[in-house]
Amino acid sequence: MAKEYYLTTPLTSEDTRQLKSGDIVYISGIIYTARDAAHKRLVELLEKGEEFPFDIEGSVIYFVGPTPPKPGDPIGSAGPTTSYRMDSYSPTMLEYGSKGMIGKGRRSQEVKDACKIYDGIYFGATGGAGALLGKKIKSAEVIAYPELGPEAVRKLEVENFPVTVINDTYGNDLYQMGREMYEVKE
Amino acid sequence: MREIAYEDVVKAVRDIILHCGTDLPQDTYDALKEAMEKEKSPVSKEVIRQILENADIAKDEKRPLCQDTGLAVFFVKVGDEVKIKGGLLKDAINEGTEQGYKDGYLRASTCEPFTRANLKDTVGYNLPAIIHFDLVAGDKIDIEYAAKGGGSENVSRARVFPPAAGKEGIIEYVKEVISDAGGNPCPPITVGIGIGGTFEKAAISSKHALFRDIGSVNEDPEMAEMEQTILDEVNKLGIGAMGMGGTKTALAVHIESNPCHIASLPVSVNVQCHSSRHTHITI
Repeated sequence: MAKEYYLTTPLTSEDTRQLKSGDIVYISGIIYTARDAAHKRLVELLEKGEEFPFDIEGSVIYFVGPTPPKPGDPIGSAGPTTSYRMDSYSPTMLEYGSKGMIGKGRRSQEVKDACKIYDGIYFGATGGAGALLGKKIKSAEVIAYPELGPEAVRKLEVENFPVTVINDTYGNDLYQMGREMYEVKE
Repeated sequence: MREIAYEDVVKAVRDIILHCGTDLPQDTYDALKEAMEKEKSPVSKEVIRQILENADIAKDEKRPLCQDTGLAVFFVKVGDEVKIKGGLLKDAINEGTEQGYKDGYLRASTCEPFTRANLKDTVGYNLPAIIHFDLVAGDKIDIEYAAKGGGSENVSRARVFPPAAGKEGIIEYVKEVISDAGGNPCPPITVGIGIGGTFEKAAISSKHALFRDIGSVNEDPEMAEMEQTILDEVNKLGIGAMGMGGTKTALAVHIESNPCHIASLPVSVNVQCHSSRHTHITI
């Protein structure tokens, strides 16, 4: 039976290991945005041992390319983008201490395995709920790669950001489990 | 001959783009509400509840429904007794598109295919629009518009079958396309199916099928029955809202069927996400 959790970042192994695929989590605190282009650069920094733009330990990364903010707003609409494009980078991010990813859509076996090894969680946010999710973001600040525009790395302060656990630390996958439960076989 | 001012077309197009960016059409909203009530999975039910809450926030606060505000797609029927005064109709539609996307703080999502350079400063903000023209009798211009996102477009497919494939072959093909897509096109989806014609006619028909109001009944009883059959089959796949498992993978299946060549049976499947932003105006 799915449970509900309220968690504050940075996340610890204790936080992530209690979660199971299907659980609903409300995340508060600081999270960081990155899409393909930013991931490529971030992973290079990690592999070269160079200075990282934020503390990766326990961090949660949100895969998002928001709309431009209206005057006076911190950010525009900000729903998740499709995650498979980050599959080749995510295992390294987890290896170096990141504990969570927020996106939508299936992940590779390598990412699921890395979640098991490094106590990482892949969270799904509701695709197409950009207005709702944008409102959970209280502040936004570009902290790296401003030249990437919507793909720049942003530090976001979120409050009760609603996500669902897709891949947990035990190798479960909500997309597979959910589908098997409701598939009608002739 | 009726004259319509170029500027009037620009303004009308700008207005529908602004409206569609933030206001989910009533047919889509109602269909999602019904899906939420009937959905058996509590996780998918919660997802649809969030989608509806999102629609309420977007409408009340004039925020884009989704950060993917799409490419602008139009089907335009031009009456043969209409003359645009002050410019070309195509230019007016593009100009209205640019104004709408800029004024609504919508995202500019057009890019060059290989360098991936955004076209907002070269060709125009979210330009060019995708426009399909048709010439009809009368003194009006009829404009159907939809904002088409990338996630759902990426899972769409077309294929030319041998005639022997028949209805059963088409049904199996659609199931395969939707099954492979899983949660990536942001279900609950609308499935547009173009049958017959030529390769490109099937594709355009599958796109146009997505513009029909969800909940409307196909005028052709045979196609209406086939739509229901495919809808039932797709919802047996268990994909559910955002792929999280459930009984409401699709809100509707819409078919447009055309006469075709004796040698072929073209089929195209075009998918629209749950944020089915579409509208229709007559000038």
